[in-house]
Amino acid sequence: MGVKLLLEKANVPGIRSFEVYRREGGYRSVEKALKEMNPESIVEEVKKSGLRGRGGAGFPTGMKWSFIAKPEGVPRHLVCNADESEPGTFKDRYLMEFLPHLLIEGLIVSSFALGSSDTYIYIRGEYAWIPDILEEAINEAKAAGFLGKNILGTGFDCNIHVQRGGGAYICGEETALIESLEGKRGNPRIKPPFPAIQGLWMRPTVVNNVETLAAIVPIINMGGDEYAKIGVGRSTGTKLISACGNINKPGVYEIDMTISVEEFIYSDEYCGGIKGGKKLKACIPGGSSVPILPANLLLKTAKGETRYMNYESLSDGGFATGSMLGSGGFIVLDEDQCIVKNTLTLARFYRHESCGQCSPCREGTGWMEKILHKIEHGKGSMSDIDLLWDIQRKIEGNTICPLGDAAAWPVAAAIRHFRDEFEWHINNPELSQTSNFGLQNYADPIHVPA
Amino acid sequence: MAYIFNDTQMAEFKRLVARYPEGKQKSALLPVLHLAQESFDGWLPTEALDYVASLLQIEPIEVYEVATFYSMYNLKPVGKYVFEVCQTGPCMISGSDSIIDYIKQVLSIQPGETTKDGLFTLKLVECLGACGYAPMMQVGKIYKEHLTKEKVDAIIAEFRQAANKN
Ligand SMILES: Cc1cc2nc3c(=O)[nH]c(=O)nc-3n(C[C@H](O)[C@H](O)[C@H](O)COP(=O)(O)O)c2cc1C
Ligand code: SF4
Ligand code: FES
Repeated sequence: MGVKLLLEKANVPGIRSFEVYRREGGYRSVEKALKEMNPESIVEEVKKSGLRGRGGAGFPTGMKWSFIAKPEGVPRHLVCNADESEPGTFKDRYLMEFLPHLLIEGLIVSSFALGSSDTYIYIRGEYAWIPDILEEAINEAKAAGFLGKNILGTGFDCNIHVQRGGGAYICGEETALIESLEGKRGNPRIKPPFPAIQGLWMRPTVVNNVETLAAIVPIINMGGDEYAKIGVGRSTGTKLISACGNINKPGVYEIDMTISVEEFIYSDEYCGGIKGGKKLKACIPGGSSVPILPANLLLKTAKGETRYMNYESLSDGGFATGSMLGSGGFIVLDEDQCIVKNTLTLARFYRHESCGQCSPCREGTGWMEKILHKIEHGKGSMSDIDLLWDIQRKIEGNTICPLGDAAAWPVAAAIRHFRDEFEWHINNPELSQTSNFGLQNYADPIHVPA
Repeated sequence: MAYIFNDTQMAEFKRLVARYPEGKQKSALLPVLHLAQESFDGWLPTEALDYVASLLQIEPIEVYEVATFYSMYNLKPVGKYVFEVCQTGPCMISGSDSIIDYIKQVLSIQPGETTKDGLFTLKLVECLGACGYAPMMQVGKIYKEHLTKEKVDAIIAEFRQAANKN
C-alpha cells in the first residue's frame, strides 16, 4: 500500500460529518496555521513542499501564492476551481462527495495564507447534489468556530460560498471561471493582467484546484519538507488519479508518484488489469487533452526505460513519444477500440466547448470534427489526414486560452501514433464500418506483462 | 403561468444574492437562473429571463447572453424527465452508444425530442465527470450510472410511476 495523505480516511464511517472528521484529527491544520504560523510562513511551507497545481498545468502552488498583489484596502479572494469537466477526470467530485471537510479545512488555511475573507467554490453545475454536501460541511465548521467571524479568537474572518456553474467546460479555465463567477459568459480574458493582480471583480485573486487545496492540509500538518520527501524529483506528494475506460476497476486512486504505469494498470491495488483479459491498445494518461500513447510507449519510454506515474516520466520524450500527467484523468483503451472514433468524440467535445472568441479555435474545432466524422464513416480521403494535421497545427498556440491547444493535441497525437489506422479507414470504407483495425496490424510490439 | 418567485423561492433568491459584495449582485446570475428553471417547469421562456433581469437590476440582454452560453439552461420546453446521456470518449468506449440506441428505441424518440406524453426528453451531452461509472446519464439533479438495458427499463418504469402518482 502506498502512502495516503488525502484519501486515508475516506472509508471511515460518517467521515462526512464534522464530528467524526474532527475526532479523526480533522481541522488540526487550521489550529496550527492560525495560531502558530502567519501567512508568510504558510506560503514558505507550501513552497518547500514542492506542491504543483493539480488542476492540470502543474504550476508550483507556493510560487503562485507569492505572486498575489496586496494593494492597501483592496480585498483579495481565493477561488476554488471545482469545475472539473476534462473528460476522464472525476477525482475532485470524489473528494468533495466523500471528504467535504478536507476541502473546507484546506480552504480555511489557504484563505488565511492569502488574506481572503470571502472565498468561493465554483462547482460545475451538473454536480448538482454536491453543493448541499459542501454547504452542510461549511455550516458545521462555522458552528464549531472554524469559519465565520474571529476564527479561533485570532481575529481572522472567513466565509466560504458555493456557486454552481451553468454547464461549460471552458469555465474551468481560470479567467473564464472568474467571468462566470461575475455572472457573465465564460469567455477567457486576455492575460496579462493575471488574476493575481486583477481577478474577481478586478481584485487580486488566486484560483486553485480542489485537490491542490485539499493537499494544503497534510502539508501544514507534516511540514513542507516531509511532504516533499514523498514522491520523486519535482513530483512531490501524492496525486489522485481517476481511472476509467476498459479496465477491471475504474475509480479514484491516490498514488505516490513512484509507481510505474504498468503497476498502476495491472496491479489489483489499482486498475486490476484490462477488462475481459483483453490487450492494452492505448491510453490517454492525463485527461482528454493530453496526447494519447500506444501501449508500447505508455509502459516504456522511447529509450526503453520504465515509465512512471509522475509529471516528468509521463512527459519524457515530449510530444513526439511522451504525454502528460495533466489532471490525472487516466483513460484506458483495449484492443477493440477504434482510435478514429475515440478522437472524433473528443473533437466533438472541444467543438462543443469552444467559447467562440478566437477564429482558429471556433472554426478549427468544427472543421476537425467534420473531417474526422467523414473518415470514421468511410467517406474520407488520404488528403484529409494531412488537412487534419494542418488544421491542428494552425490552432495550437494561436488562441487566447489553452483550450485551442487542448483541442489540437489529441488529434495530433492520434495521427502521430495511429496514422495506419486512419489510412485503413480510408482504404477500407466498408470494412471499417463493421470492424476495427486490429492490434496485430501495428508494427511495434505491444508489451503485455505475463 | 406567472413568472414570479413565491415566498420560498424569493427567500432562496435573497440567500444567493447575499453571497456577493454590495453592487456585485450580477454575480448571482447563474445560480438564480438555476433557481428560476427549477421553479418554472424546467425551462426559461423570455418572460422568465426578463423577470430575472429585473430582480438583479441588470439589462435583459445580460441575462440572454448568459442563458444562451451555458448548456444547462433550457430555452425550449422539455419533458418532465430529461435523460442527458453522456457520449464523450470514456463513455463511448464503455458502451454508451448501445445505451443511447436502446433509449431511442424504447421511447421512440431521437435526441432533442420529447415523448408525446411529455414525460421524457433525450439529450446527448458531453462528459459529466462520471467516466469511471460509465455508461451514465443525468436526470435532473442526480446521476444514473453503470447503465444497462435492464437499468434503463427500471428507471423509465420508476419515473412513469412517480409521474402517475402526481
Ligand atoms: C480549457 C481549460 C479547462 C480547465 N479546466 C479546469 C478544471 O476543470 N479544473 C481545474 O482545476 N483547472 C482547470 N483548468 C486549469 C485552470 O485554468 C487553472 O490553471 C487551475 O485551476 C489552477 O489551479 P492549480 O494551480 O491548483 O492546478 C483548465 C484550463 C483550461 C485551459
Ligand atoms: S481558445 Fe477557444 S475557448 Fe479559448 S478563448 Fe479562444 S475560442 Fe475561447
Ligand atoms: S465521458 Fe461520460 S462522464 Fe466522462
